[in-house]
Amino acid sequence: MDGAQSAAKPTLLSIRNVAKNFGRNAVLRNISLEIAEGEFLTILGESGSGKTTLLRIIAGFESASSGELWMGTERLDHQPPYRRRVNTVFQSYALFPHLTVEENVGYGLRVAKRPAAEIAPRVAEALDKVKMTAHAKSKPSKISGGQQQRVALARALVNRPRLLLLDEPLSALDANLRRQMQVELKSLQREVGIAFVFVTHDQEEAMVMSDRIALLRSGELEQVASPREIYNRPATAYVAQFIGHTNLLKGDVRGGVVHCGSLEWAASLPDGSALFSLRPEHVRLAGTGASADAVVRVRGQVLHQAFHGATEVIRVQCGNGLVLVVRTRSGAGLHQDVELEFSTADAVLVRESPERN
Amino acid sequence: MFSRAYKTVVTAPPLLWVTVFLLVPYLLMFCYSFWSVSPQQVIVHSWNLENYKDLLRKTVYWQTLLRSMWIAARVTLFSLLLGYPLAYFLSFNAGKRKDLLYQMVIIPLWVSYLVRAYAWKTILGSDGVLNTLLQYVHLTRHPLDFLLYSPFAVVLTLTHIYTPFTILPIYAALEHIPRNLVEASHDLGATPAQTFWKVIFPLSIPGVVAGATFAFVLSLGDFLAPLLLGGPSGIMISNIVVSLFGAAYNWPLGAAISLGMLTIVVSLLFLSERLEKKWSFS
Repeated sequence: MDGAQSAAKPTLLSIRNVAKNFGRNAVLRNISLEIAEGEFLTILGESGSGKTTLLRIIAGFESASSGELWMGTERLDHQPPYRRRVNTVFQSYALFPHLTVEENVGYGLRVAKRPAAEIAPRVAEALDKVKMTAHAKSKPSKISGGQQQRVALARALVNRPRLLLLDEPLSALDANLRRQMQVELKSLQREVGIAFVFVTHDQEEAMVMSDRIALLRSGELEQVASPREIYNRPATAYVAQFIGHTNLLKGDVRGGVVHCGSLEWAASLPDGSALFSLRPEHVRLAGTGASADAVVRVRGQVLHQAFHGATEVIRVQCGNGLVLVVRTRSGAGLHQDVELEFSTADAVLVRESPERN
Repeated sequence: MFSRAYKTVVTAPPLLWVTVFLLVPYLLMFCYSFWSVSPQQVIVHSWNLENYKDLLRKTVYWQTLLRSMWIAARVTLFSLLLGYPLAYFLSFNAGKRKDLLYQMVIIPLWVSYLVRAYAWKTILGSDGVLNTLLQYVHLTRHPLDFLLYSPFAVVLTLTHIYTPFTILPIYAALEHIPRNLVEASHDLGATPAQTFWKVIFPLSIPGVVAGATFAFVLSLGDFLAPLLLGGPSGIMISNIVVSLFGAAYNWPLGAAISLGMLTIVVSLLFLSERLEKKWSFS
């Protein structure tokens, strides 16, 4: 399940240079993104990053200020929402309160004037898939939030859309139910084979569920890659910090050597300043791991220490103002002097993320 | 928790008000409806059912009541037909002009009823604005006489006066519909027309019922519009009540008719509350 594999599938939806302004406020700038058939793509971003706006443009509730949407040879952005083969699971579910669960699920088929003999079994099948058959005759107000969520999912999927949009559908659920739904949603997606575009601000959720993550920041795409790649090879400082935790090292390159505080290592980079992301788990106490060829060693003193169960996170003062955060299994006492090491290959060169807005 | 004394002090004035100005008058009316008037024009406190028997026997009361209900029904229908689209536009399409348009619905309510009724008299009269215009452009040669002093004039005036009463509850009901339901409907493939009939209209029914009840009940009991614009053919049941309490000096019969109307109105309010409950979901 890596970037290369999803890219091999045919493109379902192509977003080309989409921008959106509300008055003078640019919410989306020059977004280009291809969504593959059957892919689970997550649009990840903080609140205000424009992720919901992008989803609403794909659904057709908002129109882009410029740019195009193509589904195969069809220009999607010229179609009203009710002609797009795209369905949405809304953040607040948006179930029709005057209809029963069953009527809600059958709504799309009824307005499409499908014969009753077809609607009944398809609704039953969809309800069965989300385990809501027992509540078919209930009104939405009589079932729990988690159940409403399942109904919303069934109501969207029963129409067999080509693309399903999900707008933070898990955000209203409590933590346990949420984790359970993440797993269910992912396996449901594999089962139905429909492409999902999932919007969330929760990076962990994005990592767990997605084939690819599109990270949006202030209306621009920061990086689009598989969870593995986006974690191991973040393109920018913002990505490195937003996904997981990292040590951002600002270094100076002079004659093929990086100088960063008390650290030094060789790198074939042009002279000038450079920014590196070094994950805390890639730093270890010297001698506790297999030594790779090119390792950097540094001495320091433990400033702070926190126990996380399987691992311990320590902050180490390494001199020259350099503090390294280290995730280790072995642990180290407070104020203890330690020697740290990391492979130069794990210090990933990232672009600076300039301030926007 | 509030103390007993506080509760008494707070609840006493409204209770007193309702007792003195509502319960006692109704009780008096109730008593009057079983009394009678002697040939010497004196009210006799002898309990009997003559007034109610009169009501059932004399067709003039029945006919007038039926005509009043027919007028009220038409007023209700036209108020809804005018009010619903306006409320819909106000809620869904008015955008920045919403507040202004809302005020324009409200402002006529501040204008005296009499002024509005007289305005129609000026417009509909035989040398009124409308007839003068129609003759001026040679659409008619003589003044149209069905315009004024007719049930038509009454229905028109009452529709004008009571349409805001239908707009407001319908508007409130439409404003309560979460907009993501409309989006969800479009998203599921429903055209705007399908969305209206399957989602928006059903969810606005409580407002429609409330508006219809206002229009019907208020116009059923109206007596000024028929008095000023109805003529002999536009008489309504309230005009009969007014004359029974006035010139005809038959308070007992007037009270009996009033109680009959009260029964109709209370049953309608009861029914409309049931309907509103049935169609509200939040």
